[in-house]
Amino acid sequence: MAQIFRHSTNLISRLSIYGAAFIVAALGYAVYGLTGSPYVTDVNVARDQPVPFSHKHHVGELGIDCRYCHTSVEQSSFAGLPPTQTCMTCHSRIWTNASMLEPVRASYRDDKSISWTRVNALPDFVYFNHSIHVAKGVGCTTCHGPMQEMPLTWAANTLQMSWCLGCHREPEKYVRPKEYVFSTTYETPSNQLELGRKLVKEYKIQILTNCSTCHR
Amino acid sequence: MSDVFKILGERQPVKRDAERRGHDEHEEKFIPVAAVSERPLDFAAMRARLASSQGKRFWQSLEELAGTPEYAAFVAHEFPHDPANDAVADDTTSSKLPRRDILKLMAASAALSGLSACTKLPVEKIVPYVRAPEEIIPGKPLFYATSMPRARGAMGLLVESHMGRPTKVEGNLEHPGSLGSTDIFAQASVLTLYDPDRSQVVVREGRISDWSAFLTAVANARGDWQTSKGAGLRILSDASTSPTLGAQMKALLAMYPEAKWYVHEACGPANARDGAKLAFGRGVNCVYRLAQADVILSLDADFLYDGPRSVRYAREFADRRRITGPQSSMNRLYVLESTPSNTGAMADHRLPVRCREIDGFARALAAALGVGGASGAAAPEGLPAKWIEALVRDLQKHRGAGLIVAGDSQPPSVHALAHAMNAALGNAGKTVVYTDAIEVTPDTDGMAELASDIDAGAVTTLVILGSNPTYTAATDVGFSQKFGKVPLRIHFGLYRDETAELCHWHVPEAHFLESWSDARGYDGTIGIVQPLIAPLYDGKSIHEMVSVLMGKPGNSAHDIVRDYWKGQRPAKQTDKQFEDFWETTLHDGVMAGSALPARALPVSLDFGKLPASGNSGGLEVVFRPDPTIGDGRYANNGWLQELPKPLTKITWDNAVMLAPATAERLASQMGLKGLANGDLVELGLEGRKITGPLWVMPGHAKDSVTVYLGYGRKRAGRVGNSVGFNVYPLRASHAMTSGTNLLISRAGGKQVLATTQHHHAIDRGGEKVEEESVAAFRREVVRVGTLGDYRSDPNFAKDPEEATSRDLTLYPNYDYSKGYQWGMTIDLNSCTGCGACVVACQSENNIPVVGKEQVIAGRDMQWIRVDNYFRGNLDNPETYYEPVPCQQCENAPCEGVCPVGATVHSPEGLNEMVYNRCVGTRYCSNNCPYKVRRFNFELYSDWTTQSLFGLRNPNVTVRSRGVMEKCTYCVQRINSAKIESEKQDRGVRDGEIVTACEAVCPSRAIVFGNINDPESRVSKLKGQSRNYSLVADLNTRPRTTYLARLRNPNPEIGES
Repeated sequence: MAQIFRHSTNLISRLSIYGAAFIVAALGYAVYGLTGSPYVTDVNVARDQPVPFSHKHHVGELGIDCRYCHTSVEQSSFAGLPPTQTCMTCHSRIWTNASMLEPVRASYRDDKSISWTRVNALPDFVYFNHSIHVAKGVGCTTCHGPMQEMPLTWAANTLQMSWCLGCHREPEKYVRPKEYVFSTTYETPSNQLELGRKLVKEYKIQILTNCSTCHR
Repeated sequence: MSDVFKILGERQPVKRDAERRGHDEHEEKFIPVAAVSERPLDFAAMRARLASSQGKRFWQSLEELAGTPEYAAFVAHEFPHDPANDAVADDTTSSKLPRRDILKLMAASAALSGLSACTKLPVEKIVPYVRAPEEIIPGKPLFYATSMPRARGAMGLLVESHMGRPTKVEGNLEHPGSLGSTDIFAQASVLTLYDPDRSQVVVREGRISDWSAFLTAVANARGDWQTSKGAGLRILSDASTSPTLGAQMKALLAMYPEAKWYVHEACGPANARDGAKLAFGRGVNCVYRLAQADVILSLDADFLYDGPRSVRYAREFADRRRITGPQSSMNRLYVLESTPSNTGAMADHRLPVRCREIDGFARALAAALGVGGASGAAAPEGLPAKWIEALVRDLQKHRGAGLIVAGDSQPPSVHALAHAMNAALGNAGKTVVYTDAIEVTPDTDGMAELASDIDAGAVTTLVILGSNPTYTAATDVGFSQKFGKVPLRIHFGLYRDETAELCHWHVPEAHFLESWSDARGYDGTIGIVQPLIAPLYDGKSIHEMVSVLMGKPGNSAHDIVRDYWKGQRPAKQTDKQFEDFWETTLHDGVMAGSALPARALPVSLDFGKLPASGNSGGLEVVFRPDPTIGDGRYANNGWLQELPKPLTKITWDNAVMLAPATAERLASQMGLKGLANGDLVELGLEGRKITGPLWVMPGHAKDSVTVYLGYGRKRAGRVGNSVGFNVYPLRASHAMTSGTNLLISRAGGKQVLATTQHHHAIDRGGEKVEEESVAAFRREVVRVGTLGDYRSDPNFAKDPEEATSRDLTLYPNYDYSKGYQWGMTIDLNSCTGCGACVVACQSENNIPVVGKEQVIAGRDMQWIRVDNYFRGNLDNPETYYEPVPCQQCENAPCEGVCPVGATVHSPEGLNEMVYNRCVGTRYCSNNCPYKVRRFNFELYSDWTTQSLFGLRNPNVTVRSRGVMEKCTYCVQRINSAKIESEKQDRGVRDGEIVTACEAVCPSRAIVFGNINDPESRVSKLKGQSRNYSLVADLNTRPRTTYLARLRNPNPEIGES
């Protein structure tokens, strides 16, 4: 009986078996790349907002402190988004006729909240607490990026678990003196590691990588 | 699927005899629906078995004692209903899947599960305030003091509020009726608040109407009331302790002098009130000071469980049983009761006595104590004479430090005798204090009078405030039939219930968490009821309703309550001082110094005029409010329906409970081989008949039958409708708490009762291990001794091999000597088995309700369960409770078997459960020797009902289908306390972290803390010689340990 398969089939089959491993690996790599890409994470993608609020103007140019608006950042898990009243402390006096600010005035007038689009989002099974990070010397811009340069706000980091763990495993690479936590102009010093180790000790920063730190 | 599990099962370190037997015998057979046996119970065999173990054996149920194959099969199966052979959930899946298909499905799901990680987060909105309220910090809860109004005394609460949503109820430390703890009803009240079945609109004759139309209708009727001085107006309400309502009631009756206000409570204190009138000539409020009592006798009183006062009483009782070392002393509790109760389970001496014979006992006891005028009555036959003599001596020895408590089911004569005996023994004023009544509403049940008024055509308008008389009224009153004759019927209540259905108008009531009011606690202390949230459905408060009847519809409940107290202020108080007083009262939750003063009341009891003992012939029937849904008012609360009843562990049902001996006798009378649990029987009392399933209750009094009220509702809501059987039709006004000459016959058929008694059974070694051996002792999950045993050998409960076996492990020991190490102790000497921890945990941790079918399948989800063990003979066994949450093993068997690392250990000794990693293999649960893991077989959490979203604790994930869950020592509370302490640069203080179960526990049986801190309460308790761990021979090294139970029997009687 004649052979069904030619001799060369052996080669093809070998190649495809070994090749399959590469294809699977390549696919895996592609998926991994995709999940970390801005397409999925929206990192560096500025979001449309009902009012085109500019951190660049308010923080970078006017120098308003983060806590003027994000009032609960030192007390609560949630940093807080300012009520319309906070906007109106200034905007009842300045730019009172700017059409751009009409939604703010309308909100105050009609007692209807402004519905902002969340920029930095975590999945619901992650329980992040702002207050403890701020208290331990993690600067706002460490996670949120250069807010003072954002005309419209975007997320500067993926906020994926591997990114969180980067700091949770090696906090000395990221912590800064507490007095600079809310500074947007703070620059990482050249001796960060040395300073970081000192601060980790001083602030009693723990290496918290167990699951229930964030998940429960 | 069972094949797969069989293979895995053989790899388990713990092998159960029953497990293997079960697999062999039931390899291809259908797994029984529940462990409840189909065949009649063989009591003779059980007795023989108990006799051979010399009374030392612990047992959980009659089925276990009988060793039925159904029981063996049920406990052998980890998950009695695997989806692969699931006959309960879905018939289409009941055919077994071939192994190849399983493998294919597993491969496909593994492949797909990887893809599920590639989701994009949905776009979310953040909606800040326009003007932010000053106190609210987003992300931080606020706590407000309020009170839960209840007929027997309000309970002070602190309610946790997240962004305006009340989510969790805690006790108010400052309130004497709470002392920081609560009971199941207070815990579950927050679910009722969000219940989507609550009445949401004003209804007129079955059609949706509105409040203004109702106001118009009342305004029209008011014209008549004013001219007739309210002659045809009748108001029927629940009993209330609200001083404001009392004042309103007075004002209303002054406005309409011919009107009448009646009160109806289905399970009210009518007997206690009449008894007080016999003894003192007036109604009183009895405040027991259990903390001062060395010897307590309960005459059918379940004071450690029944009613809101039980919270305070359980604390005082447990405080007198706290053991710090062999020098500690304990009080002694004697209980006579017909129905086994939680109080009976705590007793040092318990006698099952028919409800109607306790009267005779009380007379004999009074005579023996020489209470003036008591004739030489003899105790009913069958009671051990030695017992009574010893009791008399014990009571006389502790004059002024003894206490006799009579229960609601007892006739007025028993209450009067208890007062007389307490007075004669010098206990009055010391262990029992009398004050004026706390109720402001009339103290007589007005149903009979109201019915005759209706018959006479005297009633033109009937306003029902909160009550549900067409469901709860005694049958002979015929209220439901007469009710229809009233020309205008108005109902006001939380639900559009059986009574509302028959009314012209129904107005939704505001829940107490939505309204302003005030209420007196058990000793008269006043607490202000302040709302946590605006009414969800525009409900009105009772004060607003009464105000409407008086023609003042504009008054808000807040103004009514505040104005009342402003009117009560001392003459010299300025407005500013009143403001301060009001603010302080709201903040503290209690009005300072408002407890009612004690009154010295002489007993003037004429024994000759004491009503004769009631007829006690034939089989008696005892009516009791259901332990978890009360008189039926909590029927639509899923947490309470699914909470196992303390002794039977039945959920979602009531049953006809009777003693094993009675079951035997009845079976032979009926000519049957025997009766089995779940057999439907018909009860007949004076021609009235009901049908319900049978439950043989060890320790029940013979020739007595107990049925719980509150079930069989028709208009409770989707949870409570058509659950159980309605007992009210059997009740008559002369037989409100018990009746005699009950006829019982077999109705034919069976009903499966969803009892959790066999669920999550810990392998106690069964018959493999020899009794008296060390191996048997190490498997003994309940350890009990007498106070005498403990004093002679303080180490009686200690595990002899614990220290040596500690390092017998293949794994390197983890160093737990640093940092916080969390641990818990549960003192079995304090636990009264009330189940408050179960509901508190359910509330704190967003635990779903699964329903009766799923409970039958062994899928109840409560993270902490209260196991129930019996010891001794069938007729009067000792009963022990054991709450079992996750034991947080240091060598956790569950962790090693998780293929995805979804359950791992934290450096602080927590056995963590990571829901977002869990893929639902259930290997962990299979490997857990304590059976504390719960699996979401279905999508149990309600992800669609809007109103329930408000209920959820935002700090705990709401789990989805296919995820394992379990207790984590309330890790959300641990984390939040740690964060606060870190921010303040200090350590977590002892007592700063309180788990939900610990916070709620009325008897303070549960203590949580850092075991590395030698000064912490938990360390000190763990240092006691009574400390032991469950199933220690497996060397799991649990962080949750137990403190052995001690009994304090009277040496003259000995161990009964």
